[in-house]
Amino acid sequence: MLAFVIRRVLQALGVLLVVGFISFCMFQFMGDPVEGLLGQEATEEQRRELIERLGLEDPIPVQFVRFVGNAVQGDFGLSYRLARPVSELILERLPATLELAFVSAIIAMALGIVLGVFTAINRSGFAANFIMTASLIGVSLPTFLIGILLIYVFSVQLGWLPSFGRGETVEFFGWRSNLGSWDGLRSILLPAITLGLYQMTLIMRLVRAEMLEVLRQDYIRFARARGLSERAVNFGHALKNTLVPVVTVTGLQLGSIIAFAIVTESVFQWPGVGFLFIRSVEFVDVPVMAAYLLLIGALFVVINLIVDLLYFVIDPRLRSDRAGSH
Amino acid sequence: MTSTLTSRLAIAALTASFAVVTTSVEAETLRWARAGDSLTLDPHAQNEGPTHTLAHQIYEGLLQRDMAGEIIPALATDWAVTDDPKVWRFNLRQGVKFHGGEEFTADDAVFSLKRAMKPTSAMKELLASVADVRKVDDYTVDIETVGPNPLLPNNLTNMFMVDEGWTTANDAVEPQDVANGGENYLVRNTNGTGAFMMVSRAPDEKTVLKANPDYWGKGEFPLEVTEIIYTPIQNSATRVAALLSGEVDFIQDVPVQDLERADAQEGLKVVKAPQNRTIFFGMNMGDSDITADNVEGKNPLADVRVRKAMNMAINREAIQKVVMRGQSDPTGVIIPPFVNGWTAELAAYPTPDIAAAKAMMADAGYADGFAIRLDCPNDRYINDEAICQAAVGMLGQIGVTVNLNAQPKAQHFPLIKNKETDFYMLGWGVPPFDSEYVFNFLVHSTTDKYGSWNGTRYSNAEIDALVVSLATETDTEKRNLAINKIWETVQSEQLYLPIHNQILNWGMKDNINFDVQPEDQPHFKFMTFSN
Repeated sequence: MLAFVIRRVLQALGVLLVVGFISFCMFQFMGDPVEGLLGQEATEEQRRELIERLGLEDPIPVQFVRFVGNAVQGDFGLSYRLARPVSELILERLPATLELAFVSAIIAMALGIVLGVFTAINRSGFAANFIMTASLIGVSLPTFLIGILLIYVFSVQLGWLPSFGRGETVEFFGWRSNLGSWDGLRSILLPAITLGLYQMTLIMRLVRAEMLEVLRQDYIRFARARGLSERAVNFGHALKNTLVPVVTVTGLQLGSIIAFAIVTESVFQWPGVGFLFIRSVEFVDVPVMAAYLLLIGALFVVINLIVDLLYFVIDPRLRSDRAGSH
Repeated sequence: MTSTLTSRLAIAALTASFAVVTTSVEAETLRWARAGDSLTLDPHAQNEGPTHTLAHQIYEGLLQRDMAGEIIPALATDWAVTDDPKVWRFNLRQGVKFHGGEEFTADDAVFSLKRAMKPTSAMKELLASVADVRKVDDYTVDIETVGPNPLLPNNLTNMFMVDEGWTTANDAVEPQDVANGGENYLVRNTNGTGAFMMVSRAPDEKTVLKANPDYWGKGEFPLEVTEIIYTPIQNSATRVAALLSGEVDFIQDVPVQDLERADAQEGLKVVKAPQNRTIFFGMNMGDSDITADNVEGKNPLADVRVRKAMNMAINREAIQKVVMRGQSDPTGVIIPPFVNGWTAELAAYPTPDIAAAKAMMADAGYADGFAIRLDCPNDRYINDEAICQAAVGMLGQIGVTVNLNAQPKAQHFPLIKNKETDFYMLGWGVPPFDSEYVFNFLVHSTTDKYGSWNGTRYSNAEIDALVVSLATETDTEKRNLAINKIWETVQSEQLYLPIHNQILNWGMKDNINFDVQPEDQPHFKFMTFSN
């Protein structure tokens, strides 16, 4: 077990290094941060001085090694745009993103499961068919369009929900949360739905397919024959057996919810890490971009690692393999 | 009947007068949004538009530009050149207090100006001509320049005054060192003399200001806004949606395609004015051969007839109508109208005449035209890439085949700075409102101190000398003559292909009375409301 974990962790570190190096190479094509830093009135001498100070004239591998060396010590450098430590900036904005991802995952799970069960039970009903068709929108429309559509309907036309920002936040033990006030809850609703819509449709279709599969099985028929109520059959017996794949998929999707919050955050002016990243791209703020990409890379690696470990726990063959080699 | 009517009228009059009284003391909260946020609260650490806008609400300089762009007194009541042409004398306003209660005196003015000249200050270039700042008495300050500097007041409009005692006590004598990630007390705390004081601030999220109850300008400015809630909204669709849904009262940077919609909506209006920024194309006319074209051994752009023909081929009014939806002010010169040196004659542009332009091309030996690459930004100016696309078609009509290379500003501008482009788009604003600024950066040949953005490679010793002489010429008439002479050369040489001045749009609620400021700097102390 331990050897397996160590092997996976080493592989994960390798992946992170590659992610870091590729992103570093890409930054070279993004333009020159010096222009943005100095403005149009700067002199040649100031430009030279700044380039030297930022170490921009060094070859890419040298810059990369320097970055990794500092990153290992927890120092991600200073943001060019905001002139503050990158780790501080990211930590400051991470709660907003995590909370948004969490709320949208909850919405996606709750609605996805309920609608999935509903469409599976009432397979040929008008409502079920309507939901199935409408869910295509969730899969096919790009996130920014859904966001703008929701803003148009719920903020501009109906005036029910705010179109931007976090609204009132309440602090719990240093964690600024939207979930503590009415205004904060109203503010998080639209971005969370926008972000979670794709996942919701995915979960709904998954639950529906699994439910249809399960409902055909003999034990459901026997349960019905025993005279159990429909509710007990559908939710007590059928749904329970569909949840294993749903939980797996949701876990994996959580990573992409956090990573793909970029678009939602910039549409709704949500002050999270994704929004920070977009602003940094415009400004060629290399330290922030590098740290963000590493963070997202690490997130995916960690999630995959956990999944791998779970497989190890679940699948006895992996264990017996190792035992056999003794 | 009559008596009831009279009493009713009396009651109505009474309530009306009450209404007047209550509105004048009623809290008017202004919810304001624009694309970007202020980068720092340290008033000397960044020379950047949104940073100055926020600072202007809290801090004040010796003088400032009003909503029409005219220079008006702020913390100085008047100023003039002394008998020594190198020394300007400023008389300071008396009885002004900082938000923290400290009195504003000559010591603070001297300290602030010296702070703005320190190496970590971003404002030091504007004070490069200053040799010394001296206190004469408690309310008089002398500024001595290296040579006579007729434009010194123009460079002080964003030079904010801080309190010496407070800044020193908080260990922030040096401005925030932005390039090295420096941090000081002034980055997050404010203590100005301005009409508004900081209540709370979360960078990139929300800033709340409230009216300064002890502001010296009471009676002089409307001061109807009692609270400002400032939220940057970067996405333009979201920003407009916030205005349409009534979540904000005032926005800057209204996207061109949403102007009509915002204007048509009941309760909202869009106010427009020419912006202090001209959009134009630059051409490498100085090199003997260029790389971006398909002509071997010579540079077609070096021939003034080619440049004139290209200028004539560009249909500015079509660009205004089709690309800008009417939101531009076509021009034939690279400065906006309010800049000193501008004349209607300079701004006149030729009627597009393809036949005549083709004849000039043939004259220059390019009857069959040539091909060239045009470098263009796609995220810097209003519809920048679309303007370039329109120009591609227009220049194609006279045989100039243009290959468009549109890319983000971070990649585009280094091409100009490093002289790696032969044909490019550039936009230029003129913060001091004087032609000298444009000449220094765009007309003077490139040296260590001048011509850093002159991508034309134009180099004319006579013009260079004339440009340099402007800095110290105190005789306004002689100076304006020299400016005029330089412009004549720029125009006859067709150094640049001017397109238009950008138009600024501010969207706001109908009951707000506010003119668009040419520098895109709203000063909320001037805002009034009609109910």
